[in-house]
Amino acid sequence: MLSSPRLLRHHLPPLQCCFTTAPTQPPSSQILTIKKALLSGETTSVDLTSAFLRRLRRTEPHLKSFLYTPSDQTILQQAQELDNRIQNNEPLGPLAGVVVAVKDNICTCDMPSTAGSRLLENYRPPFDATAVRKLKEKGAIIVGKTNMDEFGMGSTTEGSAFQVTANPWDLSRVPGGSSGGSAAAVSARQCVVSLGSDTGGSVRQPASFCGVVGLKPTYGRVSRYGLVAYASSLDVIGCFGSSVADTGILFHAISGHDKFDATSSKRDVPDPTSQFIANDYLVSKPLKGLRVGVIRETLQDGVDPAVVSSVNSATSHLEDLGCVISEVSLPSFALGLPAYYILASSESSSNLSRYDGVRYGKQLFADELNSLYRNFRANGFGSEVKRRILMGTYALSAGYYDAYYKRAQQVRTIVQKSFRDALDRNDILISPAAPSVAYEIGEKKDDPLAMYAGDIMTVNVNLAGLPALVLPCGFANGGSSGLPVGCQMIGGAFDEEKLLKIGHIFEQTLEGYNFVPPLVADEVGC
Amino acid sequence: MALTFFRGVQTRPLLSYPSIYFALRKHNVSYCNMQNTQLETTERQEGQLKGSTREIHSKPHDKLLKDFEAVIGIETHVQLSTQTKAFCSCPYNYGAAPNTSICPVCMGLPGALPVLNSKVIEAAVKVGLALNCSLSLDSKFDRKQYFYPDLPKGYQISQFDVPIASSGSLDVDLPVEYGGGHRRFGITRVHMEEDAGKLLHTGSGNYSQVDLNRAGVPLLEIVSEPDMRTGIEAAEYAAEIQRLVRYLDVSNGNMQEGSLRCDVNISVRPTGQQEFGTKVEIKNLNSFSSVSRAIDYEISRQVDLHTQGLADQIVQETRLWEEGSQKTITMRKKEGLADYRYFPEPDLPGVTLSEEYINSIGSSLPELPETKRRRYENMGLSMQDVLFLANDITVAKFFDATIAGGADVKLAANWIMGDIAAYMKNAKVSISDIKLSSEELCELIASIKGGTISGKMGKEILFELMAKGGTVKGLIKDKDLVQIVDPVEIEKIVDKVLADNPKQLEQYRGGKTKLQGFFAGQVMKESKGKANPKLLNQILLQKLNATS
Repeated sequence: MLSSPRLLRHHLPPLQCCFTTAPTQPPSSQILTIKKALLSGETTSVDLTSAFLRRLRRTEPHLKSFLYTPSDQTILQQAQELDNRIQNNEPLGPLAGVVVAVKDNICTCDMPSTAGSRLLENYRPPFDATAVRKLKEKGAIIVGKTNMDEFGMGSTTEGSAFQVTANPWDLSRVPGGSSGGSAAAVSARQCVVSLGSDTGGSVRQPASFCGVVGLKPTYGRVSRYGLVAYASSLDVIGCFGSSVADTGILFHAISGHDKFDATSSKRDVPDPTSQFIANDYLVSKPLKGLRVGVIRETLQDGVDPAVVSSVNSATSHLEDLGCVISEVSLPSFALGLPAYYILASSESSSNLSRYDGVRYGKQLFADELNSLYRNFRANGFGSEVKRRILMGTYALSAGYYDAYYKRAQQVRTIVQKSFRDALDRNDILISPAAPSVAYEIGEKKDDPLAMYAGDIMTVNVNLAGLPALVLPCGFANGGSSGLPVGCQMIGGAFDEEKLLKIGHIFEQTLEGYNFVPPLVADEVGC
Repeated sequence: MALTFFRGVQTRPLLSYPSIYFALRKHNVSYCNMQNTQLETTERQEGQLKGSTREIHSKPHDKLLKDFEAVIGIETHVQLSTQTKAFCSCPYNYGAAPNTSICPVCMGLPGALPVLNSKVIEAAVKVGLALNCSLSLDSKFDRKQYFYPDLPKGYQISQFDVPIASSGSLDVDLPVEYGGGHRRFGITRVHMEEDAGKLLHTGSGNYSQVDLNRAGVPLLEIVSEPDMRTGIEAAEYAAEIQRLVRYLDVSNGNMQEGSLRCDVNISVRPTGQQEFGTKVEIKNLNSFSSVSRAIDYEISRQVDLHTQGLADQIVQETRLWEEGSQKTITMRKKEGLADYRYFPEPDLPGVTLSEEYINSIGSSLPELPETKRRRYENMGLSMQDVLFLANDITVAKFFDATIAGGADVKLAANWIMGDIAAYMKNAKVSISDIKLSSEELCELIASIKGGTISGKMGKEILFELMAKGGTVKGLIKDKDLVQIVDPVEIEKIVDKVLADNPKQLEQYRGGKTKLQGFFAGQVMKESKGKANPKLLNQILLQKLNATS
């Protein structure tokens, strides 16, 4: 089933082309490599950023990952300022010179933030999301806003009001969604890392489709302030990177308590950087005794055999690393999907009420108020958004509330309990990140139920509020050089550190795979 | 007034925010304007220290009322005077220029999130305890969803099935002039919610504008049981709520500014019938007197329909009180029950109260109006006096301080309710604005009681104390007002007056005894008003009647 794994001994540092000598320590983090190179004077932020911009401008016409990028000049000016700071020996932030892309539903005051919706076309928020503010404070260079399904509702980016993003592994396929633009941008090395958001799998599924690492943090770990709300009790800002280390460093930079988000946790977030030790220093069974539960329900009928086979290989790999593998059953697993769609739709029907034609979008004239609302909303929202608003409105209506919303909340409680029980007996749980590899563009567009079914692997984790890390673990046939498959590792609440540690060791020791897509393989280190 | 003020600011306040005005060719929403309708002014209401319900006149025809009974419940919205709004750090100042006190949170911008102001909880707990409610240790916020341009998020953050306080009561003493009496009305619930913005309709233009200054300002909604039967009872209930929130210092309770808003639910049923009649809601009640008058009007209207056999014309609807015509008119008929699609607010964690927190608030509550009234009553004051003194927290505090200084209770009450109240009414000031302190009132009362000055002198310096300040002792000295109580000195003056008026003395002694008054006046004049009147008369009579 596996398509020709490239026989490469290690991950080729994607930035190799920028350096005169290939960095050896630390091996797998572009962020740490950049910092070292900048501090040593090996390269400048302007050179580094220019390299990314060149690649971005070259690949963007094929990919369409970005809805907005500032001018090269604007971006390079930030790089120049950073170089000046380095010259003056001023202290550098942990993300100094790191080129970051931001999903378009995360507010940026200096760039439009449309959430992929026609209604917010050209809308510029007067404030930065807390996560964006932290990125800026820590020295990151934001290269643009990435494409997404409108308001995060979709799994392909085909729900964007503006454009469809292509999968860097096969331009005829979708990158997944809703954070498809952010996943494709990291996959095609248009940026080092990117922010996405995950309400039902919107970071993890595109990470799987694009062959990058995606982290969905615990609910409340990262402030939602400035994240355009889809379903408030499920939404969380997540991270993409081409390595676990980069993803973890980005996660650490944006997480922590925020007084502007009443649901954000006050717990400290440990710095995971010390976990990212080089391969050479690993003992022979670095994950000895770690209990890994494979979720039985995720590897049954309906799941692509290539996906099952890749996840099984990943399990074997974990076993080789010393893990104790067992199978766990989550009997409520199948209930999660309908419960998720009821709760997410209900909350979204409420969250999207504010787009009423009074403040955003094109001013319409109407003879009376209801027709103002009707015309504006009928013309402004895309069909998937309208479908979910209708479903949610229905589920919250008098007489239906108990049968739908309340029932779904009860299911949510059961799902939470079943995860808690399974995680009492295991350190992490694993499953595929999606039941298939990337779809062809248009394949699921007119079949919403089939598209919803694709979320089966991820929605339960949102209902339970748990952290999950998706990392590439294999390939299936498709495209010119195979399509990546992602493995999902689910941890206990607020235990991202453990996931990142396991993920890093897994990634460092996984031999025989190179997850750089053909679109940029020539340029990035082959 | 407000309308003119706001006209012409259509583009002004928007800064970098998205456009906030919207276009409508016709507005079907004009009722919002009613807040601006000119009614009794605040000053007038404030200036009359008497509760305004004391001046209500109209009465529905009594004969019909014998056969019917009105059932009245009130929903009161109390705007809390917290420094910042309920879910953001914007301040709220009534009357500020439109859209000058707004931020991404209260504008409901995409991505903005509410964070609860803990002072809102504190105020809710205070009011809940003061209304003898049971408090929910675990309550939560819910979203109440409807579309309206003054509601920027498309939902109001409110509390639905688990309010912070419920099942309480409120004690009310009815005005003496309406027969008096004590009533206890049930309180169904108290919950926290946020206010909406305001719509401004251009007079001739084809668009309306939105002012979001008020959006997100914290409110408490207090819902009564349907325990009231008359307009007076309802108005007194509302007045007591106002007193309560002012005593607790959680709201200015000002009806004109909309800080206290009452919506009345009213139905009428034949006396003796158990089931309720069809309920009508009345809005736009901007004073206690309009509460009372609107209810009395509505009772008459419904009773008339009942007696004419047209009871089916009473439909569930919202009616507006029109101050001009003194009538209620249909605002909107209810088409079934509105479905607000309530669900738990996912952006806010649950509201958890500890017993310790509740106890600490409970022990810091001030003396409440009802307790104060009972205390005053036990001090021997008449109900008229009790109601007057306890009506306004600042007056009550002044009175309490005066008697705490040792002043005679009845005398202190008389001074405050008499000359001081008259002065405040005239000068349109409140008791905290006058220069007289409770200590000086105490001193004044003691000086009169002790005979240092006469009551008349006391009055004289009282006005000076209120207008300019100063001390009683200082003024007595400056004005040389110390009463002459030395009989020898008075005798001297009497002798002088008798000597100066031999003709009149002769007439008196010839039997024209009415002239005693003349002599008393002359002596008082000669003493520059300082002679002790009792001594004066005693000595004068002695001298006049002395046959020598």
